[in-house]
Amino acid sequence: MDWLGPEEWQAVALSLRVSFWATLASLPLGIFTAYALARWRFPGHGLVNGLVHLPLILPPVVTGYLLLLTFGTRGPVGSALQEIGIVLAFRWTGAALAAAVMAFPLMVRAIRLSIEAVDPKLEQAAATLGASRLWVFATVTLPMILPGIIAGAILAFAKAMGEFGATITFVSNIPGQTRTVPSAIYAFLQVPGGEDAAMRLVLVSVAVAMTALLLSEVIARKIAARVSGT
Amino acid sequence: MTLSVSLRHALPGFLLDAEFDAPLGITVLFGRSGSGKTTIANAVAGLLRPDRGRIVAGDQVLMDSDRGLWVAPNKRRIGYVFQEGRLFPHLTVRQNLAYGRWFAPKGAQIEDMAHVVDLLGIGHLLTRRPGALSGGEKQRVAIGRALLSAPRLIVADEPLAALDEARKAEILPYLERLRDEVEIPILYVSHSAAEVARLATTVVALENGRVIRQGAAAEVLADPAVTPLGARSAGALLMARVVAHHDDGLTELEAGGCPLFLPRIPQAPGHATRIRIAAHDVIVSRARPEGLSALNILPATVRDIRAGDGPGAILSLDTAAGVVLARVTRRSVASLSLAPGTSCHAVIKTVAIAPEDVGAL
Repeated sequence: MDWLGPEEWQAVALSLRVSFWATLASLPLGIFTAYALARWRFPGHGLVNGLVHLPLILPPVVTGYLLLLTFGTRGPVGSALQEIGIVLAFRWTGAALAAAVMAFPLMVRAIRLSIEAVDPKLEQAAATLGASRLWVFATVTLPMILPGIIAGAILAFAKAMGEFGATITFVSNIPGQTRTVPSAIYAFLQVPGGEDAAMRLVLVSVAVAMTALLLSEVIARKIAARVSGT
Repeated sequence: MTLSVSLRHALPGFLLDAEFDAPLGITVLFGRSGSGKTTIANAVAGLLRPDRGRIVAGDQVLMDSDRGLWVAPNKRRIGYVFQEGRLFPHLTVRQNLAYGRWFAPKGAQIEDMAHVVDLLGIGHLLTRRPGALSGGEKQRVAIGRALLSAPRLIVADEPLAALDEARKAEILPYLERLRDEVEIPILYVSHSAAEVARLATTVVALENGRVIRQGAAAEVLADPAVTPLGARSAGALLMARVVAHHDDGLTELEAGGCPLFLPRIPQAPGHATRIRIAAHDVIVSRARPEGLSALNILPATVRDIRAGDGPGAILSLDTAAGVVLARVTRRSVASLSLAPGTSCHAVIKTVAIAPEDVGAL
């Protein structure tokens, strides 16, 4: 990786770290939300659905600003978290939060689709065989929606890699802390002679995105073949 | 162990109000589609919560609306064999079979896996996945899966309805072995007269959500008033014993001292078997018919006559072999002056005793 300068390499490593944790940390909540939206009827169903999708339709800058208001050091949640020693604003963890929020709707949509494709009759069958609801989920639903979970996770990861607007608004553009690949490209393009570095990062972005996509295709196909029972 | 069911459940345009007992053996809930059979099966398994009712399996109360008691399906230990099998597609046959064992309470009597696999003839399928099984194989695995979950009761909802005749014939012997070898009551939903005749120990006949008759299979099927599928498919059950296989392709059976001939059946001489004689395959003659091609002619006495809405009537006839039903026209009843107590002869067309209606006793 000699052709990447230390500054560029730092941005790539940070982006990978931010996207990885953003995806991993939001996955359980994503699965839960998708399951709730797909299978449960409860008051406020539409509201939850709307909230989940909000980052998809709001301008990212607005989402970033709302995150800053909420999770900033003077925000209601941010100040409370600060009490217990967690600071999100202007830290890489904040970048991960912003990426997770922005990627959440994509993740939930993919997982929800796969849950809706699971025949509830199979879950009923599992119940008659003695499995409690939690066991039904763990042994029947979860294995069957695995392709959807992987698709959702990869989609979220790719979205997190490319997240710019909310991140820069919420955690700014601090080298080594919050300067992810998109922010770095933006920064390089602001200085004379930065085009070469920006171009290299663009290539990295394309390569990472393509790899993620291909990987997800392969894994999803393997699992789908397994799950379809042939 | 006995299952006692008493239910009231209102569905749009339909009221289910049924009460029956299911002893050991196969109890068939018998009726046309829409008579409430599946609703009852689902209520017993806990997949549906009826408006009112009380369901007791042996010493355990599964639901009692008066006491506000309702046991969740996973705590009922009822092995459910669904019409569409519902095998888990992501698990192998072996994993499907073992699924219920996992959740069975400690110390519960669980059938031996090897024995069940052998009973159902699925040993060669264990490593396969459900997607690679035929319809008949899937249903056998589904039966095994239910059996291996240490159930106190098995509920089977038309487990053969989705299969063609050949596949049905493949599974029926296994169900018979189940009935005869496993000490678990089976509640079996069916709208097939042939399945009822072959499998049922007890029949609960349903019509429009109500039990119209319940009792031992031969008894209920011999009642001309009980034709839940209509008079067209009425038929009585005879218990017979194989006497000999003749060279001309016929098998001779004996029922209550009367010889009966039917096309070769696989059972060996000495074997007990049940045969179903459809009412529309029986002709009634006052005098003993001469010069007739039919081989099976039983002396009979008219026991009961039940006229339908149309031109037909169902006669129930006492013979030495048992009660036989005959479907005749009302005009014939009048012209032969048939009445309860009249002596006559029941002529049974040999070919009418179809192989799928013949089963081990």
